[in-house]
Amino acid sequence: MPPEPANPGDEAPEEAQAEPDQHEPGRSEPEQSPNASAREPRALLTVERATKVYGRIVACDAVSLAVDAGEIRGLLGQNGAGKSTLMKMVSGVVRPDGGRVLLDGSQLPPGDPIAALEAGIGMVHQHFSLVRALTVWENVALGERGRIRSAEAIDRVVEIGERYGLPIDPRARVEDLSPAQRQRVEIIKCLRQDPRLIILDEPTSVLTSQESRVLFDVLREMVNRRGCAVVLISHRLEEILRATDRVTVLRDGRAISTIATGTATAASLANEMLGREASLEDEGAAIGLVAVQERRDPGGTHEGPAEPADRAAASAAPSDAEEAVALQVENLSARGPDGRRLLEGLSLRVGRGEILGVAGVEGNGQDALVELLSGLLAPEAGRVMVSGREIPLGRPDPHSTIGVIPSDRRESGSVLDMTVAENLVLNQLDRVMRRGVIIPRLVRRRARQLVRQFDITAASMDAPMWSLSGGNQQRVVLARELSRNPAVLLAAQPTQGLDVGAIEDMWARLSNVARDGTAVLLISTELDEILALADRIDVIHRGTIVGSMDSAAVDHERLGLMMGGQAA
Amino acid sequence: MNPDPAGREAAPREEELPDREETASSVPLRDKLVFPVLLVVSIVVALLIASLFLEFTGNSTGTVFSAMIRGSVGSASALVTTINHMIPLLIVAVGACIAGRASLINIGLEGQLAFGAMFGAAVGLALPAPGFVAIPVILAASVIGGAVWAAVAAAFKYGRGISEVITTLLLNFVAFEVISFAVNRSWLLQESPSEAAYVSLNPQSDRLPDTAQLPFLASGEGFRLQFGIVIAIVVAAGAAFAIARLRWGFRLRMFGFNPRAASRFGVRPWVIGGSALLLSGAMAGLAGGVLLSGHVMRIRTGFANNYGWEGLLVGLVAGFGPLYAIPVAFLYGALRAGGGVLAATGVDQALVGIVQALIVIAVTLPSLYMIYRSRQRQARAIRDRA
Repeated sequence: MPPEPANPGDEAPEEAQAEPDQHEPGRSEPEQSPNASAREPRALLTVERATKVYGRIVACDAVSLAVDAGEIRGLLGQNGAGKSTLMKMVSGVVRPDGGRVLLDGSQLPPGDPIAALEAGIGMVHQHFSLVRALTVWENVALGERGRIRSAEAIDRVVEIGERYGLPIDPRARVEDLSPAQRQRVEIIKCLRQDPRLIILDEPTSVLTSQESRVLFDVLREMVNRRGCAVVLISHRLEEILRATDRVTVLRDGRAISTIATGTATAASLANEMLGREASLEDEGAAIGLVAVQERRDPGGTHEGPAEPADRAAASAAPSDAEEAVALQVENLSARGPDGRRLLEGLSLRVGRGEILGVAGVEGNGQDALVELLSGLLAPEAGRVMVSGREIPLGRPDPHSTIGVIPSDRRESGSVLDMTVAENLVLNQLDRVMRRGVIIPRLVRRRARQLVRQFDITAASMDAPMWSLSGGNQQRVVLARELSRNPAVLLAAQPTQGLDVGAIEDMWARLSNVARDGTAVLLISTELDEILALADRIDVIHRGTIVGSMDSAAVDHERLGLMMGGQAA
Repeated sequence: MNPDPAGREAAPREEELPDREETASSVPLRDKLVFPVLLVVSIVVALLIASLFLEFTGNSTGTVFSAMIRGSVGSASALVTTINHMIPLLIVAVGACIAGRASLINIGLEGQLAFGAMFGAAVGLALPAPGFVAIPVILAASVIGGAVWAAVAAAFKYGRGISEVITTLLLNFVAFEVISFAVNRSWLLQESPSEAAYVSLNPQSDRLPDTAQLPFLASGEGFRLQFGIVIAIVVAAGAAFAIARLRWGFRLRMFGFNPRAASRFGVRPWVIGGSALLLSGAMAGLAGGVLLSGHVMRIRTGFANNYGWEGLLVGLVAGFGPLYAIPVAFLYGALRAGGGVLAATGVDQALVGIVQALIVIAVTLPSLYMIYRSRQRQARAIRDRA
C-alpha cells in the first residue's frame, strides 16, 4: 500500500517555506494558488507527519493526510486508533508533538483552536457542546461578539436550516430536543462560521439509521453546493461505505491506507481496520497475552496443567450443567430517559470462571447494560439471573452479587475527595462498624489488607483518592468490588486511560479473577483487550447481541463486519 | 460521647477527628503553614484599611481598637458577652456544616432560626408549665419549627427539582412576614395590652414565663454566662461525630462529594439530601430556641438579628467542619461583643459596622482561598492523570 498523501505532502512544504511566518492563512491564499494549481486539484487540508504522544502511548504516529475540496473523506478505525486525536490536532484542540497542519497551503499555528476556526475549520464534536437551558438560536449565536439581535439570529438559523435541509425550531430549548435535533443544532452552529472544512466526530452514534441517512444527504448537499470538504470520523463500516468518496483507515495511530470508497467492500475495510489476522495475534501477544501468562503463575494459588487446557475446561463446563451459569441475562430491553431505545432484547450468559467479552463500537448499548446490572436503570422487559436466582433490578442493591467496575472510575466508581481507605470500604461499611459506629481502626486495618493484597500504591491510607494514579485508582475499585466475593464481576472499559504497564496489570488481575471461579463480563470497545482476555466473544450492536464466537477461533473479518453493523 | 467498648481508644481518636476532617475537605498537609500566614497578612491589611477610615473620620484608631478588644476579651464580663454571642452563631454554623457536607447551600438559616423561635414562643405561651418541662418543650418546638421551614425547601428540591439556593433564600422573607403577621394579630401572638408596659414600636409577643428561661452557668458582676454554650458545644461535637463516624454521615459526605457514585452505592438523593436540609433547619431552629429561652424571651420582628447569616459565614469559614466552627464562632462572637462596646463609646454606628465587616472579610478570604486552591490542585492532578 503506497502512502497516499505523498504528492500533496511533498508540495505543501515548499509552499510553506516560501512564506515561513504566516499565521493568518487567509492572506497567503492569492499568492499561492497559481503556484500549486498547475498539476492537480490541490488539497484543501494537508496534514504532514502529525504526531501526538500521551505518556507511553503514541496516539498518532507521523500521520499524513490530504483532503481535497469537494470531497467527503471517511476516517475509519477502531477505538483508540487515533482518529479523534488526529482531527483534534487539525482543529487546534490538541497541540501536536510533531508535524504540521496546512489549510489551503498555509500552515496553521499548532494548538490554537481559534486560529483554526478563523481559518475555516469547523468541528462537530461527538459529545455535544450545547447549553441545554438556552434556545437553539441562542446556542448558535453563542460566542458572537458585539450586539446580538435575536430577530437576525433567528432568521439566520432558519436560513441555514432551509438551505441545507436542516429544519429546526430556532426558539426551541435545547434540553427539549432529541439527540438528532441537537446534532442538527451543532451542525448549524458549525455552518454558521462558513467553514471550508467540516469535521464530524462519530456523528451517527446518537442517530437512528433513518436519521443517519438524512445526515449524509445533508453532508453531500453541503459539499456540492459550497465546495467545502468534510471529514467523517466513524467506525461504522456501513456509513463509511454509504457516505464517503474516499476512506483513510487508521490503525494503532498510523494511517494504514487510503482507498476510493467505490472500490472498497465492507470486508476489505474490516480487514484494514483490524489488521490481518497474523499481525493482530502478534500484537496481542506483544502487548498483552505474554505478560498475562507470566504474571498468572506467581500470582495465583493455582497449579496444574498448561494454561490453554485449563481455560478450555473452564469454558466448556458451563454448557453442560445449568448451575455453572453464573450470570444469565434474558431479553433485556430498556429505554433512556429521552425515550431512545438503549437495549433491544439483549441476552447473554456467562459461566463460572469464564470471561465473556462484549465487543462493540461505543454507544451501542454498553452503558445501558452496565447501568442495568448496577441497578441504576430499570428494564422495560427481560430479567437477570445470578447463579440461577433472579435478581431485582432498577434499584442499587448494596448486597448485590454482581461486582461492578464502571467505565468512569472517577465519576461513579469512586469518590475522589474521600480517602483511599474510605473508598475501599464504601459499599461494605458493616464490616468496619461496631454498634452502628464506624471504627477508624477497623477501616484502616481493612484498607491495609486490601492495599497489600492488590498492590495499591498510595502515600497513605488517608491520602485522598484523587492523588492516586489511574492504575491505582482502578485497583482500588477492583479491590473493593472483589472483596465482597461477588459471583459475577462486570468490568466495563477496565483499562481506559491507563498506561501500558497498568493495562497489563489489570488484564492479569482480571484473568486471575476468572480462574478463581468468578464469572467475568468484560465490556470493552478495545478489541485488543477482548481478544487478550475473553474466552468467548459476543458482539453488541444497536442494543442487542448480533453474533457470538469462540475466542479460540476468531474470524476477524466476521468480527469486524458484525461490529460495523453488517449482517454476518 | 462514644459508648464504644474500646474505651481506651477514645482519647487518641478524639484527636483524630480534626485530622479526618481535614483530609475530607482535601487540604494537603503542607498548606498548614500557608493558611495562618495568609490569615495574619489579611487581618493586618484589613486593620490598616479600617484605621484609614477611622483617622479620616476624626477618630483615634488606638482608642477604637482598644475598645473593641476590651469589649470582647478584655475582662471576664467581656469574655462572657463574647461567649453569649457565640452560642447562636455556633449552633447555626453546625446547621450550615451539615447541609454544606451534602453540597447543599442552605441560605435560609436566618428565616429558619426565626421561624423555629416563633414555634417555640407559641408553644411556650400556650402551655405554661414548670421549667423542667417548659424548657425542653420550647427547644423541641423550635427545632421542629426550623426543620419544618427547611422541609419546604427540601420538598421543592426533591419534588420539583428547584435549587435549594433559591428556595431557602426566598423562604427567609416569607418567614419574616409570617412572624410579622403573627405578632400583629391579637388572636395569634400579639402582645396583650394588659401586659404591655409601654407601646412597643417593634411588634412583639408576650414575654415567656420566667420558668421557661434557661439557667445560667455562672453569673457575677455585670455578666451572666448562658447555659446555651453547653448545648452549642455538645451539638457541634455531636455533629462532628455523626459526620465522621455514623453510616448516615459517611453517606452524607459521599453524596456531597459525588452524588453519582453515591447513587451507585444505594444512596437515595432525597433521603440523604432531604435529611441534611431538615437537620440543618433543625439546628437553625434550635439556635432560635436557645436565643429565645436564653434571654430574649419573646418573639418579635427582627428577632434573628443576623445570627442566621453570620452563622452561615462561620460554617463556611470553618470549611463545614463543626469542630473548626467553635473557634471561628468565638471570633465572630468577639466581633459582635467588641462592636457593641465600641458603639457605646460614641463612634458612629456605621463606622462600627465597617470595621466589623472588614475584619469579617479578612478572616473569610483566606479560607475561601484555601478552598479554591485545593480545587485547583485537584483539577490539575486529575488533568495530569488523563
